[in-house]
Amino acid sequence: MIPYQFIWLIFLLPFFSFLIIAFFIRPFVKQESRIAGYTLIAALSISLALSVWTLASVMTAPNHELPVPVINWVVIEGGVTLHLGLLVDALTAVMLVVVTFVSLMIQIYSQGYMRGDPGYHRYYAWMSLFTMSMLGLIVAGNLVFMFVFWELVGLCSYLLIGFWFHKPSAANAAKKAFIVTRVGDFGFLVGILILYMNTGTFDIAELHELAITGVLAGSVLTWGAIGIFAGAVGKSAQFPLHTWLPDAMEGPTPVSALIHSATMVSAGVFLVARMFPLFENSPAALTTVAVIGGVTAIFAASMGLVANDIKRVLAYSTISQLGYMMLGLGTGGVAIGIFHLFNHAFFKALLFLGAGSVNHATGTFDMRLMGGLRRMMPWTYATFVIASLSIAGIWPLSGFWSKDEIVISALAQPVLFVLAMITVFMTAFYMFRAVFMTFGGEYRGGGPEAHDSHPHESPNVMVVPMVALAVLAVFSGLWNVTGHFGALLGHGETHGFFAGLFHPFTQVLPWLSLILAGLGILLAYAIYDKKWVSAERLGRLFRPLYSLFLHKYWLDELYENVIVKTVLLRGLFGSFERFDSRGVDGVVNGVASSAIYGGRALRRMQTGQLQLYGLFMGIGILAIIFAIFFFG
Amino acid sequence: MDFSYLSILLFLPVAGAIIVAFFCGDRARLIRWLAAVFTFLPFALSVALFAVFDRSQAAAGLIQFEEKLLWIAPLNANYHLGVDGLSLPMVVLTTFLGFLSVLISWKINLRLREYFGWLLLLETSILGVFLSLDLLLFFIMWEIEIIPMYFLITIWGAGRKEYSAMKYVIYTLLGSAFMLAGILSLYFTTGSLNMVEIASGGLGMVQTIMPAAAIFFLLLIGFAIKLPVFPFHTWLPDAHTDAPTAVSVMLAGALIKMGGYGMIRLCVSLFPGVAKQYAVILIILAVIGVLYGAAVTLRQTDFKRMIAYSSISHMGYVLLGVFALSQVSLVGAAMQMFSHGVITGLLFAMVGLVMHNTHERDLRNLGGLARQMPIIAVVFSVAGLASLGLPTTSGFAAEFLIFIGSFTSTIVPGIQIYTILSILGVVLTAGYILWMLQRVFYGPPLEKFNGTADADILERVYMFALIAVIMLVGIYPAILTDLFKLGISPIVGLLGG
Repeated sequence: MIPYQFIWLIFLLPFFSFLIIAFFIRPFVKQESRIAGYTLIAALSISLALSVWTLASVMTAPNHELPVPVINWVVIEGGVTLHLGLLVDALTAVMLVVVTFVSLMIQIYSQGYMRGDPGYHRYYAWMSLFTMSMLGLIVAGNLVFMFVFWELVGLCSYLLIGFWFHKPSAANAAKKAFIVTRVGDFGFLVGILILYMNTGTFDIAELHELAITGVLAGSVLTWGAIGIFAGAVGKSAQFPLHTWLPDAMEGPTPVSALIHSATMVSAGVFLVARMFPLFENSPAALTTVAVIGGVTAIFAASMGLVANDIKRVLAYSTISQLGYMMLGLGTGGVAIGIFHLFNHAFFKALLFLGAGSVNHATGTFDMRLMGGLRRMMPWTYATFVIASLSIAGIWPLSGFWSKDEIVISALAQPVLFVLAMITVFMTAFYMFRAVFMTFGGEYRGGGPEAHDSHPHESPNVMVVPMVALAVLAVFSGLWNVTGHFGALLGHGETHGFFAGLFHPFTQVLPWLSLILAGLGILLAYAIYDKKWVSAERLGRLFRPLYSLFLHKYWLDELYENVIVKTVLLRGLFGSFERFDSRGVDGVVNGVASSAIYGGRALRRMQTGQLQLYGLFMGIGILAIIFAIFFFG
Repeated sequence: MDFSYLSILLFLPVAGAIIVAFFCGDRARLIRWLAAVFTFLPFALSVALFAVFDRSQAAAGLIQFEEKLLWIAPLNANYHLGVDGLSLPMVVLTTFLGFLSVLISWKINLRLREYFGWLLLLETSILGVFLSLDLLLFFIMWEIEIIPMYFLITIWGAGRKEYSAMKYVIYTLLGSAFMLAGILSLYFTTGSLNMVEIASGGLGMVQTIMPAAAIFFLLLIGFAIKLPVFPFHTWLPDAHTDAPTAVSVMLAGALIKMGGYGMIRLCVSLFPGVAKQYAVILIILAVIGVLYGAAVTLRQTDFKRMIAYSSISHMGYVLLGVFALSQVSLVGAAMQMFSHGVITGLLFAMVGLVMHNTHERDLRNLGGLARQMPIIAVVFSVAGLASLGLPTTSGFAAEFLIFIGSFTSTIVPGIQIYTILSILGVVLTAGYILWMLQRVFYGPPLEKFNGTADADILERVYMFALIAVIMLVGIYPAILTDLFKLGISPIVGLLGG
């Protein structure tokens, strides 16, 4: 059994790494040194070891839960008590291992990718803080503590997306990510308040208990859960708050790899899983999760079909896969949703690292300028294909297992099931479209900043983490072949390894999804490798759809130009501003100037002529007499 | 009363002002150093008092370090000072900002003697407001502040400084006139000027000469103008924008907090019943202040004016917290006053630096400064993030307490809706803060700003001091909440749950 102090250490170690890098290494160590990277790598290695230990302890612990004492943070008698407390159960432990492992791989890779960047130290400082915040979010035992880390995760993505802040596009993307997710956070905060008002607690375990026993029920539970889900929609880039994620690739590619796999976007899915007993007991909230998830899955996949930027394709695929996870949570439960998160973290990190590797060699992310990299970058090619097969859901790679379970559980909602099946086809198509455009055919010259006309494989420090992730992209799914993953996170039913491995072929549904995925790959092969069908002609044939997808359903325009710029900034806020300067301040100045003009007018009456004063006095006296006579 | 700590604290700055103004000639170095010493000592003393303040629950509501001397016998007016859990942190805030504002003014060269004289007098008058327990003393201290402010803005200000200074003076005097009427009616109905006495037994003393609600509103208008509450806020952007940097820091950091403090100390604790009755109106004004203030902030193009408008929005949260009238919301409101003091103090100091170093204040002409002034960019970002309420900064601790306190308050039906509306302000705040950061610091570096200086040693000292406080309160809010709750709980007790 792991002592609880070590669990605190899991997220404090990256924090110490941040402090060391920010306050000692960055000011005092010379730019060429790579010690900052090693600091974080060392911290994360220990965190990973501790996380594995935690997982092992949780597996054997009663109820799969470790007790951790709480610390008082703010106490207001007769008011509120805020704790710093941890909740360590199977969900926590699995997430800890995923985050520390994926982050570690990415940090090793970054030693190669970020070499020579003038912001090298800053990069590792933010990466430390980012990992720390995500780990903190995972272990937090109450909603306030969690919200603290939740916001810090958002801050770190802001800092890392805007890492190259001198690029206006990067600064814009960073701002967009922060503000769009903050719209969701608004809902999260309101959800927290609703739950607190009705239960008097922020403690997650207590809230679970109250929801399960039915004390917390009805519209309170539904609105609380939906508020929390709004936070998840923002962070996990679900429709309609997904617009920030495709732009978020402005940061360095390893940052995208981390954001898209283990941190930031997975925080939303984790949040729903963490609060699952609340959703489970509110059919309306649970349906909302499933519907948003299912719609997002197909919606994002459709945009991925036409993107030409390799990172953008991956970004849409992330949104789509997150939609799957939400669908899995909404229809099947924690184990199913989180299992996909678990597998997805490895292959999606790998895909991004592959994209980074390709960019390292060609100087571009535009797939139209790539091609033919198969022979030049064999390792990148091999690992990228493995990850693509995995995400497409090909047996027996990891993606198959978790996607299969989601699709099966989605059967409960026929419409969502159909959407999910179409998405299977689309996913396979756009992933292999990317594979063939990038690696197939002949090299098309790379970007304007390409180093030479003949790209080379990336250095070992980048290739090794990719291979490690590729191994997991193949095998991680086998954990639940025996049903043990599901048992750990909730519902039982375990069986033998080989029985589980070949079990899918005894059923119809896996066949169906395998055939759809195969067709998707085949279609990509026909269009982009063999060019039997012209992509241009297809684009013209389906012109309305094509431009709808290409312009991202015009949602960015709707949000930014119509709602924010026109309706709010120019319209409503502009009229407020005019009201403020002319209306409110106008009255203030009007009172002042009326005093001046009034004074000027009255001054004319001070003529200094006694006759006039006498006249006024007479009128006054008469008026008084009349008043007394009539009213007195 | 064993030793007059509070009197020393109160009169050190004004003693410094007299020495600086009349006995130093034109020796600039000496003047600066003396001003620094005479603001540092009160700061050190207030921190010492903060440390030895009795925090036990038994001390809730007790006035500590009390001093009382008969002043004007026929009026029964006393020179009466004292601090409780509510006022002590505000005193520390004032002395802290007072000291830093001297450092911020280090580069001022125009009419130095007068400048520091007025600045130090300003500090004493603000301290006087937080320390007074006698209504007459309170009012006099409240009024004295106008004189230094007028000269500081007209002489050392910029832009339409005469207009802004005059507007500030007249607007404040208007509020004071109402307040004076309120204080007088209070005096004539209760026969006492002692705040503690009136609060503890005074409600029974209020007779029929004037309805309690009328007195409540007379006092409230004065405080509402100072805080400021929509629609009495338009003096603030003008005064802030045209004042010299250090004065903006004092104005936004400490001075407008007198309004919130007065509301809690006089309006709520003397008239709990009336406060309850009219809370809904003030809460609606608070929500308008938060949202409307943030919306207008988003439209500003002047760097300094933007921060000024953001204050209106943030003070809306104070008003919400005060009139949600629950233990947590009132503690949150007090926290927000302190937190906004340091955060906005820092923001104004930074804006002043950027404007001083670049000679540019139009946001549309700034850009890319992160390369030319990296330290300022980092500090500004921290201040901005604190302003938008990021956890681990004091802004989050304060706003979150206000949200919890208001949401769970039972005083006003439907307060949850108002709270939710005001939480929307958090999104707008993120919008204008990030837009501003991007506009000023990000993007490609501009050639015209090449060679622009970054912060020097002295500037780094006060920046990091403010950041340290922001983070300390953010990470360990109990350092303040433990004190504020002692001041707040007896007031909540008067409200009857």
